[in-house]
Amino acid sequence: MAKVTLKGVKKNYGPVKAIHGVDMEIADGEFIVIVGPSGCGKSTLLRMVAGLEAITEGQIVIGDRVVNDIEPADRDIAMVFQNYALYPHMSVYQNMSYGLRIRGMDKADIEKRVQRAAEILQLQPYLQRKPRELSGGQRQRVAMGRAIVREPSVFLFDEPLSNLDAKLRVQMRLEIKRLHQQLGVTSIYVTHDQVEAMTLADRLVVMNQGRADQIGTPGDVYNHPATTYVGGFIGSPAMNFVKCRIDAGKAVLDDGVTLALPGGWTAPAGSYTLGIRPETLRIARPEETPDLHLDVDVAEELGADTLLHGKIGGQDVVARVPSNAGFHDKSRPGLMVDISRAHLFDNESGLRVAV
Amino acid sequence: MIERRPVANAFGHLMLVAMIVIVAFPIYLAVIAASHTIQDVSQTPMPLLPGAELLENTARALFDGPQLVGVSGSTPAIVLMMNSLIMAISIAVGKIIISLLSAFAIVYFRFPLKNFFFWMIFITLMLPVEVRIIPTYKIVADLGLLDTYTGLVLPLIASATATFLFRQFFMTVPDELVEAARIDGAGPMRFFFDILVPLTRTSIAAMFVIQFIYGWNQYLWPLLIASDYKYQTIVLAIGRLIRAPDAFYEWPVIMGMAVLALLPPVLVVVLMQRWFVKGLVETEK
Repeated sequence: MAKVTLKGVKKNYGPVKAIHGVDMEIADGEFIVIVGPSGCGKSTLLRMVAGLEAITEGQIVIGDRVVNDIEPADRDIAMVFQNYALYPHMSVYQNMSYGLRIRGMDKADIEKRVQRAAEILQLQPYLQRKPRELSGGQRQRVAMGRAIVREPSVFLFDEPLSNLDAKLRVQMRLEIKRLHQQLGVTSIYVTHDQVEAMTLADRLVVMNQGRADQIGTPGDVYNHPATTYVGGFIGSPAMNFVKCRIDAGKAVLDDGVTLALPGGWTAPAGSYTLGIRPETLRIARPEETPDLHLDVDVAEELGADTLLHGKIGGQDVVARVPSNAGFHDKSRPGLMVDISRAHLFDNESGLRVAV
Repeated sequence: MIERRPVANAFGHLMLVAMIVIVAFPIYLAVIAASHTIQDVSQTPMPLLPGAELLENTARALFDGPQLVGVSGSTPAIVLMMNSLIMAISIAVGKIIISLLSAFAIVYFRFPLKNFFFWMIFITLMLPVEVRIIPTYKIVADLGLLDTYTGLVLPLIASATATFLFRQFFMTVPDELVEAARIDGAGPMRFFFDILVPLTRTSIAAMFVIQFIYGWNQYLWPLLIASDYKYQTIVLAIGRLIRAPDAFYEWPVIMGMAVLALLPPVLVVVLMQRWFVKGLVETEK
């Protein structure tokens, strides 16, 4: 087990800058999830830690060794790939033991380690099978078994659940979580799925076009998004962004809707982007004067909740309300905004504005 | 879905049957001719039903070789076939080894002028043996390899076709497999032998079939290299048998020899058919 430190890590492909400089300290035994859309550089970052991509600039430290010029096999890491990358012609046992055999480990020790990993992953009945005779979930477990037998100080996961169906994904997510609790090995996990990210992570890294926009606990990232990008990426449905002017303790939206700001807000007067999560909008009770009215285009019923898609002053807004409120397409409910849970961002940079 | 129309169906079958007859009839004739005595075969028209001498004629071809009246000396088919077998297997195995290695280098290594070398290999696809035969002969002669197995085999071993096929296959092997092997600590040659070659075995089998037949059917090159009867191949010998002028040919035995010459390639194809088709059609990943 080991800490991992990234110091100003950059990656260029010729003139194209893929990673603009990431700094991060990963504590021993921590579970870090790197999340972001495709092409944001999250896999590249992981592959640099693995040693599969060269580091253009900066340093990666695993334990107390700078590993920039160390071969992947010698970095004391193990990696689980999205498509499992099992050797198709080898049995499960051979797949799991291959790395150990190359290291010239003693047969009895190999046997012991493989049996133990198989036990943890409930793979004992399948040890003599070929990967093609296994289901997707079993293959993924074999891939994890191959990582476990190495007893590395860092686990790297590259979107390991993306090839599984939705139900299996939930199940394997739990298994990974359990495995991490059991083994306590430092893990770096790449995904584009925000549910995986939120549920697995001790800390999240939200990547955006080669930059780490925010590094923090899931709660932190959800409740205090550092940029509009993070606010929009984490949370489903995505956060609503409306342009507004702040003046004299009030936020004025485009169509003249005025929202009173909580007393503590001290942002200087000017133009801002207001971030409002769909779940912080609620239907106004009959005795209340609604903060605003939403012109609903489409009401998407999800069962417990209904998503009302509409417009406020020409800007798209989604509200999540209980289904029993009974609003449908083309309705015009009055809504209350929980402004104390709203977020204020700079119009230009998209950065969070302290309020 | 394929349309089912009786007329089209019947027509299709008719065409297929016609083609099969065209292809199979000469072979049938050879077998028939090999099964009669020389007197029967010499009649006009030649009998079209099998006779009783097939085993005897083939055995004579195999162990004695046909006697040509007026031409002295004859090599039994068993010697010729052994030569052909050595040549065909050496060419097939040699081609596979060299092509595997060169495809491995081209796909998995970065070296200067890599593309240049690939295209050089690729261009030789367009140059059959016949085009480069004179310089090749000169080199083989200068090396003192005339009338040797080495001389028969070596110049035919380099193969653009096989290199290209293996290259295509290697490129379909997922990168993650290479990376997983790297993380497992397998060096390049370890990866090659432990992972790449086992994955390629169906393609190797397909290549073996193709190249065995290619080697077996070589005519021009052995014709130049093997002037000594000891190194003649069976294809070559059959060609020479019917060139003797004014000779009285022992047709049933010659035909028996022709049938014998057919057998090994047919056997290779039949035995390896399953792998052959698999190797060309599917990739196991």
